[in-house]
Amino acid sequence: MITLGFACLILAFALAIFAAVAALIGTRGDRRFVDSSRRAVYAFAALLTICVIIIEAAFARTDLSLQVVADHSSTTTPIFYRFTAMWSSQEGSLLLWAWVLSLTSSAVLFATRNKHRELAPWATAILMGLGTFFTGLMLFDANPFARLSPVPPEGVGLEPLLRHPAMAIHPPMLYTGYVFWAIPFAFAIAALITRRLDASWIRSTRRFALIAWLCLGVGILLGARWSYSELGWGGYWGWDPVENASLMPWLVGTAFLHSIMVQERRGMLRVWNVTLICMTFSLALLGTFLVRSGILESIHAFGESTVGGPLLVLIGVVIVGSTLLIVSRLPDLKSEKRIESLVSREAIFLVNNLLLVGLAAVIFWGTFFPLISELFTGSKASLAAPWFDRYTTPLAIGLVLFTGIGPLLAWRRVTWASARRVFRIPLAVATVALVLLLLVSDAAHKPWALALFVFAAFAIAGLAQEFWNGAAARRRLSGESMPVALVGIVTRNRRRYGGYVIHIGIAVVLIGIAASSSFQTTSDFNLRPGQSTVVDGRKITYVKPTMSVDKLAVTPGALLRIEEGDKTFTENPSTSFYRLTGQGSSGIAGYFGGQSDSSIGLQAGWGHDFWSAVRPDISALQRRARSADRGFAACVRGGPGTPPQCKALGAMMLAARANPSLRSTALAQIENLQLLTAERVAASYLSESPAATFKVIVNPLVTWMWIGGLIALMGAIIALWPTRGRRRGALVRTEADAQKEAKYREIRDAELDHASGKLSDEDYALLDAELRREAVEILDRLEANGNGNGAHANGDQALPNGDGTPEKLKQS
Amino acid sequence: MDPNVKRKIRLVVALSAAVLLAVALIYTSFSASSQAKEPSDLVHASPGQSYEMTGVVVPGSIHHHGSVLNFRVEDRDNSKVSIPVKYRGEIPDPFTDGREIVVTGSVVNGTFMADRDSLITKCPSKYTTQAQQDPQHVIITN
Repeated sequence: MITLGFACLILAFALAIFAAVAALIGTRGDRRFVDSSRRAVYAFAALLTICVIIIEAAFARTDLSLQVVADHSSTTTPIFYRFTAMWSSQEGSLLLWAWVLSLTSSAVLFATRNKHRELAPWATAILMGLGTFFTGLMLFDANPFARLSPVPPEGVGLEPLLRHPAMAIHPPMLYTGYVFWAIPFAFAIAALITRRLDASWIRSTRRFALIAWLCLGVGILLGARWSYSELGWGGYWGWDPVENASLMPWLVGTAFLHSIMVQERRGMLRVWNVTLICMTFSLALLGTFLVRSGILESIHAFGESTVGGPLLVLIGVVIVGSTLLIVSRLPDLKSEKRIESLVSREAIFLVNNLLLVGLAAVIFWGTFFPLISELFTGSKASLAAPWFDRYTTPLAIGLVLFTGIGPLLAWRRVTWASARRVFRIPLAVATVALVLLLLVSDAAHKPWALALFVFAAFAIAGLAQEFWNGAAARRRLSGESMPVALVGIVTRNRRRYGGYVIHIGIAVVLIGIAASSSFQTTSDFNLRPGQSTVVDGRKITYVKPTMSVDKLAVTPGALLRIEEGDKTFTENPSTSFYRLTGQGSSGIAGYFGGQSDSSIGLQAGWGHDFWSAVRPDISALQRRARSADRGFAACVRGGPGTPPQCKALGAMMLAARANPSLRSTALAQIENLQLLTAERVAASYLSESPAATFKVIVNPLVTWMWIGGLIALMGAIIALWPTRGRRRGALVRTEADAQKEAKYREIRDAELDHASGKLSDEDYALLDAELRREAVEILDRLEANGNGNGAHANGDQALPNGDGTPEKLKQS
Repeated sequence: MDPNVKRKIRLVVALSAAVLLAVALIYTSFSASSQAKEPSDLVHASPGQSYEMTGVVVPGSIHHHGSVLNFRVEDRDNSKVSIPVKYRGEIPDPFTDGREIVVTGSVVNGTFMADRDSLITKCPSKYTTQAQQDPQHVIITN
């Protein structure tokens, strides 16, 4: 099996090279090479899938002859974590990278197989260049199929800290996020090379960009959740270099997703868009690099690794290559349109873009400051959380404000009259929120948090108004009930309303972050059983110690009783001390000397979370275990006055030394005795009940971070959901069809904006006429090219109306 | 106003905001940062300066006194020099004898007074190379 896997990997490497070369030949126009290269990509994906299955199967049955398995798993690793152990290894995570790349490349090439005759071959070549790089890295540097000889009796096992359910999703989500950015990047480069710089590359890859954004966001949030439930990882966010590395492409990617809308609509910001996607992809590679190279101090895993160098070269090639390409195409990238007014949606998008990139720049500087400082001063120096907070807080608050304003404005320009109309309610809500917060909370002492709450209230009210106005406009036209109309507008305008839902989610996330970071109460204290203390008005009593022992770990804990007003609840935080691996040789002390992993007690609530962790003092247990080991040794040696059981054991060990077939029985017996003794030693913790150190956090509104994340996830799913229905018969086959669809959507959007009061009558009349003129041009082009098949002859010759009734186009 | 002049003004405003941000970043980052040092650099360090110390916990040196944690840290490459550390606050799970740690604070009379909650342990043996350095894995590799 392993040989088969290795053969598949070699074949995949060869196929990636072939696909890239064939695609390059195909760029000259020979369709046979293009088709062949595309099929090679599918085969590449199939081969890597086989590799992944073989590796996972080896993990499942703990095939210790495979180095990667022996180093990251063991027979005692729970089955669930055996599967996740693959990406805790360097080889496995490279395989994951390449595998996701192969799948997404196949998907995008399948989706565009009849479109983009010029773009697709170049994009294929770039994607398979990356495929060659990553499979090559595995073949020559980090082979997942490397064997071990002799086969070790037991594996190292998965690091106890990584035994958390999030381990199953957090790393793959982040990797998927990183890898999916490769698709819009490859098409952007293809568009630059072929000078086809209209919005067609954006239309074909927007979905992939959104998936990348979504996966990265989910991965980041899951990481935050995981870190929140561990002791010593700095809460949900600690400005750790690897956390920052994942946030940077997410921020720049967010900017990209917004500014491509401006290009789709208005043909503007072309240079900016290609720059953003090149930055996003470079940052995604940098994220991979930071996890792998260990050049910065981080709480994330960093062994010195060998793949750092090649990755750095790749990042260099991507940055230098794309910069040169963009500069050489600057004349082609000039857009014919300009921003007409500063009070328009595109202008606000641009401002938000700058804020997002500004945020990313601050984080970049802070993250790489140790290297920058070494360059200039000769010594490494690093920046801590307060420095990051100082810059990111105001930028994030500005972001929330403009996120609130953006959706309220129409494209192109807005008259003051209509602006006043749409701003009235959100401003009123924000004012009420401000007054309420000042009256009933102590937010006045935290101006930044106060500003964020007020702006978030403004943004959420504005978005709610958007939903309301849209549904009301539809109800006027169709006579449906309000809920039906609401569902109607969302399903007919998934991108727009899905986006709004995401905005609501992000606003809620930021409220959770602001509240929990500004108003949390943290306390450390030492208690003996029976003693109590008061934290933030809550009486906390250490009721009694708890203890559990099994073959893997000794877990002392504490039973806490918390009296909070008239509510009383208990928590049982604990810390597991994992037994030193390599059973049998570490003695009883090995039970108490291994890696610790605490499990927190968390009482989550809408208003606040009560977070508790305990650090038990096991030094007395360790001393006792060492003396038990000495006793054990003395017993086996059989000095004068030894009990008969000891003599029997000693005799058995001597027999086992002579006769290897008895060894396993002897070992099992020793093992059993050690466990029994360890249990006795551990039980003394309950009777002696030494003082333990506690840490408790009262974290207001932190639950809303996770709820906001779920809302945003829902919004992204709405936006990604494939459109069907009216155009089911008329498949979007060609680029011209796509252009037509985009223009139709613009007309519908303008209608909706007008109906919901965002566009004044005269603005709407002008805009509508212009859009319809452009639509006619597209239709004429379609007919002239002979693409006008049956579908165009009837319904599609007419332009849609807000409620879906066709209206004859040529009349306008 | 002439639209071109307007555009130029906007560009100048945006660029100056960017420059201001950049200057602020550079200025504050050099003053707010803590220098990265190893224990041997800090034995005779001057008080008042903030340092980020990286090193290895000397085995057997960890003692709890109430909520204060005392331990010694030596250089990564096992030099004979070590410095005592006084620390309060959150103790990360992986903190133990021989673990590589990063801690921020200042030096007073030869003792490293760590900032509250500033103790970070480097993530343990996730990868082979580190796994083999980790004393607890020696049992297997031997």
